[in-house]
Order: sequence, then C-alpha cells, then structure tokens
Amino acid sequence: MAQAEAIADLGFEETIQRRQRGLWSDALRRLIKNRLALVALVLLVAIATLAILSNYVDAVQLHDPRTQVYTEVRQPPTWDHPFGTDNLGRDNWARVMQGLLISLEVGFGVQVLVLTIGILVGGTAALGGKALDNIMMRITDIAYAFPDLLFIILLRSALQGRDLGVVSGRTQDILLMIFAIGFVAWVTIARLIRGQMLSLKERDFVIAARAMGAPQWQIVFRHMLPNTLGPVIVAVVFGIPLAMFAEATLGFIGIGLQPPTASLGILISDGYHYIQSHVWMVVFPAGTLATLMLCFTFLGDGMRDALDPRGR
Amino acid sequence: MTAYVIRRLLWMIPLLWAVITITFILMHSVEGGPFDRERELPAPVVNALNKKYGLDKPVFSVDVWNSQYGQYVGDITPLKFDFPPFKSPDLGVSFRNSDQSVADLIRQGFWVSFQLGVLAFFFAVVVGMTLGSISALNHNGPIDYAGVFFSTAGASMPNFILAAFLIIIFSVELGWTDVLGWGGPAFHDAWNPAAWNLRKVVLPVVALGVLPAAYFARITRASMLEVLGQDYIRTARSKGLSEWVVIMRHTVKNAMVPILTVMGPYLAYLITGSFLIEHTFSIPGVGRRFVESVVVRDYGMIMGTIVFYTVFIAFINLIVDVLYAVVDPRIRYG
Repeated sequence: MAQAEAIADLGFEETIQRRQRGLWSDALRRLIKNRLALVALVLLVAIATLAILSNYVDAVQLHDPRTQVYTEVRQPPTWDHPFGTDNLGRDNWARVMQGLLISLEVGFGVQVLVLTIGILVGGTAALGGKALDNIMMRITDIAYAFPDLLFIILLRSALQGRDLGVVSGRTQDILLMIFAIGFVAWVTIARLIRGQMLSLKERDFVIAARAMGAPQWQIVFRHMLPNTLGPVIVAVVFGIPLAMFAEATLGFIGIGLQPPTASLGILISDGYHYIQSHVWMVVFPAGTLATLMLCFTFLGDGMRDALDPRGR
Repeated sequence: MTAYVIRRLLWMIPLLWAVITITFILMHSVEGGPFDRERELPAPVVNALNKKYGLDKPVFSVDVWNSQYGQYVGDITPLKFDFPPFKSPDLGVSFRNSDQSVADLIRQGFWVSFQLGVLAFFFAVVVGMTLGSISALNHNGPIDYAGVFFSTAGASMPNFILAAFLIIIFSVELGWTDVLGWGGPAFHDAWNPAAWNLRKVVLPVVALGVLPAAYFARITRASMLEVLGQDYIRTARSKGLSEWVVIMRHTVKNAMVPILTVMGPYLAYLITGSFLIEHTFSIPGVGRRFVESVVVRDYGMIMGTIVFYTVFIAFINLIVDVLYAVVDPRIRYG
C-alpha cells in the first residue's frame, strides 16, 4: 500500500493509467502508419465514390454508357470523352465507370457468399464433431481438386442466362456471376476458419467460458468468431481482387455479363481488337482494373501487417 | 511413407469420381447441345449425330450402363471384365474437331502449355530470386523499396493486362516481337535451337512469368532477411569470410528451403493456368481448347481436360508433399 502511494507520488500514475488500447484500435493505428496502405485506402474510397456517383447521379455522368453516336466512332481522348469512344461511338469513360462499379459489386458480393459458405462449412467442421469434420473436409478436398479457373468457366456457362425468379436483368446477371465465382472460391476461407476455430477451442478463455457454463452459441458467437476475424478479414481483402480478376477473365474470354453491360474484362477484350491502331481503347480499362486490384493488394498487405505484427 | 503414398493414390479414385460426376452434371446443364448451329441442321442429321456419339441415351438413368454418364465412367475406368482385366482409359472423341480423339488433342495442346509453363517458371525463378536477394541485401534502402513495390504490383497485375501493355510496347511500338502465335518447336525438335521462334516465345513467357516472379521475389526477400539475422551469419562474418562466401554459401543455401516449398505448386499452376495467356496470344494450348469446347459444348473435350488436369494437379501435389519430407526430415506423414 505504502509502496503504491510512493509510486503515485513519484508521478508514475499517468503512465500506469495509460488508456488501454484494444486489438482493433491498435491495428488501426498501425494501418494508418503504413503510408502505402493508407494511400491505397484513400484511393479506393475515392474510386468507389466516383463509380457510384457516375452511375447514379446524372449531373456527374457526362454520357450514357449505352448511347451509340455513329459520327464519333473510335475517337481518341478529348475533354468531352476523357477515355475516348469505342467502335460503336459509346463514351469509354462512362463504360469504364460502369465496369468499375460492376467489378466492385462482384468483388464484394463474392466475398459475402464466400464468407457465408466458409463460416458454415468451416464452423461445422470445427465444432460438429469428428464425423461432420471428416465429411466437410472431404467436400473441401473435392472442391480444391478442381482446376480453379476451368471450374469457374464451366460453372459460369452452366449458370449463364438462368432465371432466378427473384430479380431480373443486370442484377440477376451479376448475381449469377457472383455465384459462379463464389462457389469455387470458398475453400480457402473455410479451411482458414476451421483451423482458427480448432485452435481457439483449446484456448484458455474458451475453456474458461465453457467452465462457467456459457451456452454453446454464446461461446461460438461471442468468444470464438470475433477472435477468428483478424486473419479472415485479411483473407477477404485479398479475395476481393481475385474475384474481380475472375470476373474480368470471364468477360475477357467472352462468357462475361450480357451486352450492352460493360465490365472491365469485356472492355479490355473489345479493346484488344484495336490494339494495333487505337491503343487507348485497351489502355484505359486495363489501367483501371490494374489500379483497382493494386489498391486492394496494398490494403490487404497493410492490414495483414497491422493485425499480426509478429508476422513480418 | 509408402503407406501414406498408397493412401493418397487410393483417395484419388473417389476424388476423380466426384470430379467427373460434378463436371457431368454442370456440363449437361449448359444450355444447348454440341450440334446447335446458327443455321439449324435438319432433324434427321442431328438424330444421326446424336446416335453416333451416344447422345440419344439419357444423361443419367437408373439403368446406369445405358446412360451417357455410365458409359463415360465405364470407358474411363482402366478395368474390364476380361483377362487381363486392364485396358487403357478411353477419353472418347471430340465432337467438334473432326472426330480426333480427346487424348490426342490434349496431348498436342499439353505439349504447348507445358513448354509455356516451364519456360515461365524458369523465368520466374531466375528473376524472382535475383530481385529478392538484391532487395534483402539492400534492406530498407531505395533498391529494396523499389523491389518490394515491384513484387506487390506484379503480384496483383492480371496477366492479360500485362500482356496488353507488353504487346503495345514491344510489338506495336517497337516491332520487336509478333502479336500472335506460339514459336515453340514440335516435340521431336525440342533440342534444336533453330526450331524456336523467339519473336513468338518471349512475350507470352514474360507475361505469364511476372506474377510468380513477383511472388518468388517476396518470399526470397523475407527468407533471406530471416537468415541474415541468424547467429551463424554473424559468426561467419566475424571469422573473416569474404562477403561473397557468406552470402552464397551461408545465406542463399539456407534461405532456399521456404522458396523450394512454394515452387512445386507454382509449377503446376503455371502449366495448368496459362489459358488466359493462350487466349490472348492465340496459342494452341490445352486452356484455349478448353474455353472453345465449353462455348460449343464439346462434351468429350470438357470432360477430358478437367479429368486430365485434376489428375495432373493431384500428382504434382503428391510429389511435392513427398519431396517436402525428403528435404525436411522433421516432416513425417503418418
């Protein structure tokens, strides 16, 4: 007691009562310190805002991505058409903006699906006992055995043009695209969640919660799931550019979204036909997709370092 | 170890069966059939074609051996009710390539994909390890930052975009290379330098190899940095060894292990995953054929390619796992 007072007298109080930093605020601080990741984050927010605004606000949208002006075919970049026009006289800026939004929708949509399947399969495997674990892991083994992109191509052609009966038009097309990619991409996350949960199951705080009589759902949702979040979030951020890449790939080889919808892959593929004469038609969509994927990778790198400082 | 390998090999059988079944279901749920043309063929012709290729039978049926699925599984299983009870697996014929056998088409395509993949792999190993080492030796200097930037940027650049920029610079602007085609030799000519057309080889190989090069650079750098911080490096330096010996004999050798472990999967990935590059440069590899066959619903080619690549990847993974245990005696498989 006397000792504590003596310490207080010495003015150590403030250092001792330093505000406690949690995992998340600590991670955020480290993320902000990582300049490259911060730049990527700011750039991503800017790009996303631009994409949403130019697709939904008429004042920002200079041209309609579907309007064909036959007197302005394959124009080089001008102030009116910053990215030029395509072979049907459509404004490439508007089309790239549309493709950008689609890339973002597919990227995030796929991750939502992947997380759902991943948590279901990984969680069941880790918590459902040995028999269920075996079944779930054999299923993941089979999904893992398929050559990835070949399977996505096959799934995409099988799903293409189907009627879900819930939504229609472009939304449905994008949803089907998300299914085709998501049903292949979930394996990594499922394995990650299973591994995390298996190791968490043996940790002291979970055993303590169980010993205190906490119900199973509370242990899973309050104690285990939040602790798996760090690595899972990193995997999700890295998964977004991969999903965008898959969508662009499908568009590029000709089984992407239905025309006239322009995804970045379709724009790149269209531009390829004119690569020898009208270079800008492929440069702008390709540059946009590369920038987008680059930002997500830098952000993911930063988040991994921020959430797991020992992993450097 | 032997038991482990045998178990892995046996597990491939149900795995392959599941892959075949799933592919079969998906493939037949693609709308349309292989004989749909823009100008519709007369019904008797279509019927005759369907009968010839066994497509008049139901896809699935309780009477398994009288369905297309049962027929395929029976054909591909290397067993028969006869003596000796073995036959070679039959992958069928391609409907759209004038009745050539699927096995032949895959063999031709695979030779091209294999050359492309292996060359890109060597490119990636040489470039990646050099860059990674230089980065690590200039830790936190400007060269290091440039290397890290390259390796992150290269790892997130879709290869068909990279291909576009390479084509614009080297084919369109400079005219050093050709835009389309593959310049590799035929199988029997592989060691004849005159059979290689470098104008058609360099760009696809570089476009395919940059991504793994970036990845190898990253791993090499991390691994080298870890080894450079070890006590035995300090010891080696303090006993007066030249920097060259310290780096070549003590650092690089020890830093190799984690790099070797990622190389195997990447080799498989490069050989099987080159179809975008094949599509971009019009290279007649397996991947490009696969894309074509999905679009025209050439069932035999779709099944054949997926089965072949599944087996190929499974074998590479098995070899890699066995090699781990050979390289690192701490790993044991029970």
